[in-house]
Amino acid sequence: MSTLKIPIRPEDHVQGDEHATTTLVEYGDYQCPHCGRAYPIVKKVQKHFGKRLRFIFRNFPLNEIHPDAEAAAETAEFAGSHGKYWEMHDLLFENQARFGLPLFEELAQRLGLDPAELRQALETGQYRAHVRSDFMSGARSGVNGTPTFFINGERLDGSWDYQDLVDSIEGAMAA
Amino acid sequence: MSAILPAGTPAPEFALHVTPDQTLSLSELRGRPVILAFYPADWSPVCGDQMGLYNELLSEFQKFNAELLGISVDGVWCHEAFAKDRHYHFPLLADFEPKGAVAKLYGAYRDADGISERALFVIDKNGTIAWSYKSPVAVNPGADGILKALEDLPK
Repeated sequence: MSTLKIPIRPEDHVQGDEHATTTLVEYGDYQCPHCGRAYPIVKKVQKHFGKRLRFIFRNFPLNEIHPDAEAAAETAEFAGSHGKYWEMHDLLFENQARFGLPLFEELAQRLGLDPAELRQALETGQYRAHVRSDFMSGARSGVNGTPTFFINGERLDGSWDYQDLVDSIEGAMAA
Repeated sequence: MSAILPAGTPAPEFALHVTPDQTLSLSELRGRPVILAFYPADWSPVCGDQMGLYNELLSEFQKFNAELLGISVDGVWCHEAFAKDRHYHFPLLADFEPKGAVAKLYGAYRDADGISERALFVIDKNGTIAWSYKSPVAVNPGADGILKALEDLPK
């Protein structure tokens, strides 16, 4: 059973109540179609559990097969440094069909951020270390594809269809 | 029910086709760690499947001077197309003829299905298996076991 090696850390993006007893961590790739499918499911799961669940997203870009995944991850981190992480996270998954620098700049603009500053950040690789750190934490924890979910630190090996994910989380809550 | 070769066993020698006209033998790699990753089949529809994951981690494996070899019963042309499609930068070996012969040597062949198990071996630079692990065939084992095994190898 693979377990999360690095528990919640200050630079993580956390959604939900800090006193929630159950944590769902997703390692994801913004350009991965499976993560795109998981995106509305996670939202539904969050709505279902409300205050009982806290959600963390960590980057796991598969650069060899998803050429824009790294830039998307860095774009989300850029937005995060301006307090708009989750907005950008959502916009990226909602616009998977149009990935590329022009889209990322457009989304930055939409969130009231400076596209030129984003371009600069991408060119200088300002957020590359953070994304790599997420990636390696995943590799060390047994992430085996995207999305990979951990519920209270234990890797989910079964289905993450809505009901299955809810059942698995309920199971962890009861444990 | 076969058991895979455990740590401490000398890794059986083999030579398999890595391209239509080239073979690779384990003994050629003596002197550096080798990661041998048996997997059931090419073309699984999952992005970031097991071989894809290891492809992303090549630079980490290289820090240990380790060579990664993927191995399934698929033939060389299948491997060639698969590696090209997924941008793999490591060899895929064809355990094709006799079918599964190398997998059988390592205790990693599923007789009923005619494919290999998802079995991982980290072989040290002297040719001894330092770590091995068999994952349920439906579960991608990830890379954490491999990374830990490489770290634990004597320098």
